[in-house]
Amino acid sequence: MIPSIRQPRALSLAYRAYVTLFFVYLALPLLVVSVFAFNDSLFPSLPWKGFTWAWFFGDQHPRIGVFHQEPILRALGNSGFIAFFVSLLSVAVGTSNAFLFNRYSFPLRNLLYVLMLMPLVIPGIVLGISILVFSSTMANGLEDSFGWDIGGLRPGLMLVILGQFSFITTIVTLVVSARLQKFDRSLEEAALNLGASPLTAIRTITLPFLLPALVGGFGVAFLMSFENFNTTLMLVGSDAPLTIAMFDRLKEGSTPLLNAVSLLLMLGSSALALVMISFQRKS
Amino acid sequence: MRAGNKLALILLLTPLLLWIGLLIIIPHIDMFLVSIRERVGVGKYQISLANYWTFLGEPLYLVTFARTAIMSVLATVLTLIIGFPVAFFIAKIAKGRLQSSLFLLCLVPFWVSELVRTFGWMILLRETGLISNLLQWLGLVDGPVELLYNDVAMIVGLVYTSMLFMVVPLVTTLESLDDSIIEAGYDLGGSTVSITREIIIPHAMPGIVSGSIVVFMLSLGNYLTPTMLGGKDSLWFTELIYSQFIVRFNWELGAAFGFMLLILSSAIIWLLLKLTGQTLEKTMT
Repeated sequence: MIPSIRQPRALSLAYRAYVTLFFVYLALPLLVVSVFAFNDSLFPSLPWKGFTWAWFFGDQHPRIGVFHQEPILRALGNSGFIAFFVSLLSVAVGTSNAFLFNRYSFPLRNLLYVLMLMPLVIPGIVLGISILVFSSTMANGLEDSFGWDIGGLRPGLMLVILGQFSFITTIVTLVVSARLQKFDRSLEEAALNLGASPLTAIRTITLPFLLPALVGGFGVAFLMSFENFNTTLMLVGSDAPLTIAMFDRLKEGSTPLLNAVSLLLMLGSSALALVMISFQRKS
Repeated sequence: MRAGNKLALILLLTPLLLWIGLLIIIPHIDMFLVSIRERVGVGKYQISLANYWTFLGEPLYLVTFARTAIMSVLATVLTLIIGFPVAFFIAKIAKGRLQSSLFLLCLVPFWVSELVRTFGWMILLRETGLISNLLQWLGLVDGPVELLYNDVAMIVGLVYTSMLFMVVPLVTTLESLDDSIIEAGYDLGGSTVSITREIIIPHAMPGIVSGSIVVFMLSLGNYLTPTMLGGKDSLWFTELIYSQFIVRFNWELGAAFGFMLLILSSAIIWLLLKLTGQTLEKTMT
């Protein structure tokens, strides 16, 4: 129990041991993935055959490292492209939603609020297939009636972006709303009293206040997009993002190459997380 | 000013309506329409419930459906039981730096793709994996043991993947519980068990509900973990949806499956909210 209440020593020791064990459980899979990226063997498993950088920089068959793997690098590029546009779109729409729900009352407001939350309780794979079905209905309809063949409506980057955007926007909306609620509106009124136009007031007073939430929302959206699997799986075309490309490799059997990619991913996202945290601290 | 206000309202409503309308509502209506049609000839369809009858008539589909639901509930309950003491420790016992670093540590697996986490469990659990080797080294088993490809491995993976989504809401609600209330409970002669039951758990209820909803959803809709860690017998409902859509190209049946999954998840979430007297708006924000 809480520190101010005395507990038998054995009990509190057992509790601490449990919490420690829990963190070991959390760390263990990530740790083994990282360690085996350096195993000089064709399989990411014991026995340990010595340390090597080959799975990162190697250029000789069969040890071709990440940086010489054309398909992996291309998939990484696809992931970055998708994540960038998903984040941009969802921060824009999420901010607009946050202003809407914080500041306006309008008919059906509560219904729309619940609908806005819906994507969080729809399984990702269902979101994916519903968008797949609808976009192909549209594509077929347009082709039959007008003879237009719109590639963006067929599985591919565009659909993956839309599919991820469809639920990440909800999360960004919640992140931005939480900060907007804390905003003191009298600051904005002061700006208006001093002769600023409403748009100027928002641009110079409200948006700077929201900036940490916007950056945070962008970061969260980027990560969620980067690691999304379920929705992407249903909408992916020929240019697969990294998670899908790695999944396909993993199905064929794993080599320490996948460990190396995973380790780089971990480092990348930790770096992003650190940047976000330090940014949050500063403001 | 009033006209300007109205214009602003319309400008802010438009993206919301486009997003919800074009990416959520209409696609789901369309998916429903596809699920209630039956192919009667080349490019010819009629409205019928045939796909739903196929679902109800094939034991494999029904068993997989029920199994997915039950295992997801199990994974959710386990995540709650395992995560609650840890959340309590972070919120109430750890202080200062330890508190914030433990909380950050809980977030770490979230920063890593689910694929990487699953891969980590594969390395640990497979026949040539670390745990098998450890058991042999300790002399507990004679030869390599395959710990992968069964229901236990799958549940371990599911619990691991969703732990964060349970711990974070729990920590947030438990932090708002005043220590003095717990002390008062002890002063009034309560035992640890009765205080946990009557003070701590009721206070943490919003966190428990929102954590459980998210974890249940993530387990139910998971594809990666059951595919990679589960065995031949641990088929997951999402695998059926995937195979109808991508492998067999039977979109009508796949859409019906998708709809059943949606109904299942909505029903269980609704039930959970009703039982605990919470609303979606409150638990999600």
